[in-house]
Amino acid sequence: MSDLPLLKVNNLSKFYGSRIGCKDVSFELWPGEVLAIVGESGSGKTTLLNCLSTRLLPSTGSVTYRMRDETYRDLYHMNEAERRFLMRTDWGFVHQNPADGLRMSVSAGANVGERLMAVGDRNYGRIRQTAADWLSRVEIAEDRIDDQPRSFSGGMRQRLQIARNLVTSPRLVFMDEPTGGLDVSVQARLLDLLRGLVNDLGLAAIVVTHDLAVARLLSHRMMVMKDGHVIEQGLTDRVLDDPRERYTQLLVSSILQV
Amino acid sequence: MATPLIVSEVSKSFIMHLRGSLVLPVVSNVSFSVASGECVVLGGPSGIGKSSILKMLYGNYGVDTGQILLDHDGRMVDIASSHPRLVLEVRRRTLGYVSQFLRTVPRVATLDVVAEPLISRGVSTEEAHERASDLLARLNLPKDLWQLPPATFSGGEQQRVNIARGFITDHTVLLLDEPTASLDAANRAVVVEMIGAKKEKGVGLLGIFHDEEVREAVADRILDVRQFSPRGVAA
Repeated sequence: MSDLPLLKVNNLSKFYGSRIGCKDVSFELWPGEVLAIVGESGSGKTTLLNCLSTRLLPSTGSVTYRMRDETYRDLYHMNEAERRFLMRTDWGFVHQNPADGLRMSVSAGANVGERLMAVGDRNYGRIRQTAADWLSRVEIAEDRIDDQPRSFSGGMRQRLQIARNLVTSPRLVFMDEPTGGLDVSVQARLLDLLRGLVNDLGLAAIVVTHDLAVARLLSHRMMVMKDGHVIEQGLTDRVLDDPRERYTQLLVSSILQV
Repeated sequence: MATPLIVSEVSKSFIMHLRGSLVLPVVSNVSFSVASGECVVLGGPSGIGKSSILKMLYGNYGVDTGQILLDHDGRMVDIASSHPRLVLEVRRRTLGYVSQFLRTVPRVATLDVVAEPLISRGVSTEEAHERASDLLARLNLPKDLWQLPPATFSGGEQQRVNIARGFITDHTVLLLDEPTASLDAANRAVVVEMIGAKKEKGVGLLGIFHDEEVREAVADRILDVRQFSPRGVAA
């Protein structure tokens, strides 16, 4: 409990011309904490995620990150090389479409191994072994290690993308609709896997989703966005069981019961 | 005697924005405390706000005013105003909750569902599984079900999984929302025994029991929730 936040976000705003992408977002994220950002399409959740992960530069505001040496660094004042190193080692980014996060024309093993080589591992045998371990952790048969992801199903590709991101033991993972576009049985498997990995590895994660069931299952804390603003936030259970804002009540009451 | 739970002047209403901002008062001016080793039972008819009180205490419902004070590792924490992170920490170590229905996660085996609260407190998987097995056996859940996810279990079986999960830790305050509702007489008796054991260990319990026999057996004191209801005794 005494540990310090991993990420501190202060009054972050992003404008596209005069249009609001996201406005005045502030929060802190601690190690091991999973934050869900929910809201409908166009509410600004992906803009926010992209700003946080430095894929997009915000118009105003700051994001500071606690580096492994315990110093806080302002992400937008780092140089490009430093940011890329962070992206490749300490962070992961799981895209909704696995093709955006994978290299489709190299083997599954190389997709995982590449991140290890980026952090300086050069021992081929060890890289291959680690890649094989990670494939089995995400439930991909080891004999698929030399196959290209283009021969994989959507669910397998998504699991491969997760393995590629987690192999360097990141401390923070960004996920953009990680289960979007997958059919429900595949979704359940992926969610269970993600939940287990997040618990085992003590990862902090920021998950953008429009699926409240996914948010309930994965996240500790939730932010609800509408028109670029965070309109409600709190403990995931509280936001879903006792939504305060009109829009959150609408979202929660729109969930279909099976 | 120590008092691990103090509820002070708590009021709660729902504002239904989608129903013309209708204000639905739930409870007002709720004040009581639970001593360690005591089992307090919330009484009163359905719809009077008993479950809502438990949900406020666990942090699932926000409150409009008042304090919910818990002794968390020797310091007082107000659940009503705490940061979500602290609420989660209190849930992990101090405050347990057996809900009416089990929220199942696809694919997770019963034994893991029950062992999880211990593992999240740093107990080894092996020991956690051992204690989970003991509890499931005590609650007469057939052993061949332990490796299956509880999603397809009967109501009574799910409830026993839920009870095992809630009772496995040594939380100092335990909230029970009708834990015996769908159990047969033999298993109800087991749960009564388990509640007795918790009391002996000094756990403070707050529960809802509609079954009169169980209520008689476990309650040290019945707190009539009608006194907190804005609708008074009308319901």
